[in-house]
Amino acid sequence: MGKLTLDDLRKMRESLKNEMDKRDGEKDIRIVVGMGTCGIAAGAKKTLEAFIEDLDKRSLKNVSVKQTGCMGNCNVEPTVEVFMPEMPATLYGNVSADVARKIVQKHILERTLLNDHIQDKPSIDIVKH
Amino acid sequence: MPYKHYILICAGTACESSHAQEIHDNFIKEIKDRQLESDVQVVKTGCFGFCEQGPIVKILPDNAFYVKLKPEDVKEIVDENIIKGRVVQRLLYSPKEDKGRHQMTDVANIDFYQKQFRIVLRNCGIIDPEKIDEYIARDGYKALEKVLFEMSPTQVIDEVSRSGLRGRGGAGFPTGLKWSFTQKTSSDVKYIVCNADEGDPGAYMDRSTLEGDPHSILEAMTIAGYAVGAHKGYIYIRAEYPLAIERLNIAIGQARDYGLLGEKILGSNFDFDIEIRLGAGAFVCGEETALLASVEGERGMPRPRPPFPAVKGLWGKPTVINNVETWANIPVIILKGASWFAKIGTERSKGTKVFALTGKINNSGLIEVPMGTTLREIIFDIGGGIKDGKQFKAAQTGGPSGGVIPAEFLDTPIDYDNLTAIGSMMGSGGMIVMDEDDCIVDITKFYLQFSVDESCGKCAPCRIGGYQLLNLLEKITSGRGEMADLNKLFKISQAMQKASLCGLGQTASNPVLSTMKYFGEEYQEHIQNNKCRARKCAQLLKFEILPEKCVKCGLCAKVCPVGAISGDREKGYVIDQAKCIRCGQCLERCKFKAITRG
Repeated sequence: MGKLTLDDLRKMRESLKNEMDKRDGEKDIRIVVGMGTCGIAAGAKKTLEAFIEDLDKRSLKNVSVKQTGCMGNCNVEPTVEVFMPEMPATLYGNVSADVARKIVQKHILERTLLNDHIQDKPSIDIVKH
Repeated sequence: MPYKHYILICAGTACESSHAQEIHDNFIKEIKDRQLESDVQVVKTGCFGFCEQGPIVKILPDNAFYVKLKPEDVKEIVDENIIKGRVVQRLLYSPKEDKGRHQMTDVANIDFYQKQFRIVLRNCGIIDPEKIDEYIARDGYKALEKVLFEMSPTQVIDEVSRSGLRGRGGAGFPTGLKWSFTQKTSSDVKYIVCNADEGDPGAYMDRSTLEGDPHSILEAMTIAGYAVGAHKGYIYIRAEYPLAIERLNIAIGQARDYGLLGEKILGSNFDFDIEIRLGAGAFVCGEETALLASVEGERGMPRPRPPFPAVKGLWGKPTVINNVETWANIPVIILKGASWFAKIGTERSKGTKVFALTGKINNSGLIEVPMGTTLREIIFDIGGGIKDGKQFKAAQTGGPSGGVIPAEFLDTPIDYDNLTAIGSMMGSGGMIVMDEDDCIVDITKFYLQFSVDESCGKCAPCRIGGYQLLNLLEKITSGRGEMADLNKLFKISQAMQKASLCGLGQTASNPVLSTMKYFGEEYQEHIQNNKCRARKCAQLLKFEILPEKCVKCGLCAKVCPVGAISGDREKGYVIDQAKCIRCGQCLERCKFKAITRG
């Protein structure tokens, strides 16, 4: 992508926004892993790998695994948030590789929430986009 | 089929101990009785905070937040909320006092109980920090657009001034005013600097912001460049933050590719670029003049002010230098407007503050709250209270430059002026919670040790004063203190405040003054009674064997590393206090609780 003009940037933002709003493309499930220094120190890299391996093993093609910064819940790192249709956005804490595989089985395949690992989201998005 | 409702039951320690299990079982039973098992899932969750309001249950997707539940309330919640879809108002959390903070229309739909309010951390934990597209999709670089094409530099500065934003690095200088000094100083070259030299023990707000949302800093610095007429920016960050540096480098590369940094940004006539300068992790380089010296390649030592950097800074040129958190506020202020921002917070401290909440607290974490939130709300509502049900003793804010806030100020709204008034300071936002097991003199010694290690040595008050303070504290914690030492501590502290060259020395004695003010009797106990009530100061401890409990097994004598325990299996054993090094091995090993520590 070359240098943007004002118009380019505006158009790009609109189309990106639509993309993020829709989420009905082929990958309609998102797993977001908190990968700040804190998360990584607590083992978030292994968690991320476990998700990717497990999804691959089960040939689940409609799930994307992404990274983000610190979610703020330092006492329960690594933290992972799962977004999927017809389920509430869910924040899980203390997600080891083992728990990651359970999330795939329970949350994504069986559509039930996982006991004991759910955390409260620290805050609702207040700056509207 | 997915479930229609989810019942989340807090299984934190506090809730568990107040009928959470019974409530959980009742929900399971009620759901089963009504044959709703395929519609409703009952789940146990981690601590919600608000432990004093427990047991807590949250229903999704309704987002109903029920507090202080009793097992008999379960039936009503199932009948009303789950079956009829009507929230049970009487059981909902209701904020006792809200002080008008949350009354703005924009945030009317915020769940009151959460108390957090994210401006600085708006993208942290949401976007992928290595993808500029995700930042753009969340209105990233829209403030830059607005500034470059719709606002004059003076309008930008007016907006920032009217927002009431004050520097988040600690001292709280009004940001708009700082910018206007640089704008008004005529010079061929001006600079923008981001101070990312975060070094307070226990503080990691800036690191998390840079790691989670690096583009917000780049955008803000570019906006400031436009406002004051600078074309070059530097981010000074310590090499101990490799991930933040990596992500900043990625972000700068992406912004250059998109033409959001470089020449003729977005086709305008404005040029701006940013470079990273790595620091070696000296605390004093967080002081702005020392930081500038370090960027220039000089030894990181402070310079006398005035002249202030805003007028004469980097290479003698006018320089705007702001802290990471200050920068992260800028794009939101431009987009939402100064009056929106000025509605948040207290009269003289606007907006929010990010705190790194650590220490003896259940839910340690990175939090962002409106200015004016009380310490009680932060520690007990958001932080979930003190670990293991212990007593709150004090909170330390402002790191080695700050002071302690004792329990009597738990309900003081936190803002710049209130914290200064009670002898602490906002600082960059580290907040360390202490409980009854922490010795206040020992903690003070820790901070003094830090400041002494980090003093650059340029001025005598800081170099010598800090060392003398530390020696006195060492003397007191080892049981050799005299009452006259308290006066010496006080006098040296005052001299350092008045005579030191930079912020480090001027504030290094704050921990001493503030702890002497609020915990003076603990100092006296150490000196007069040779007693450390938290049992932290090893040299004041006395280990003794209780003859009535001792079974004369001799294990203590065997484990004592210095042979301080003598005796035999007939006469029993005694500890020679002169030889004892107070390591506590004997106490740990004694199976009969025959050894006391006092």
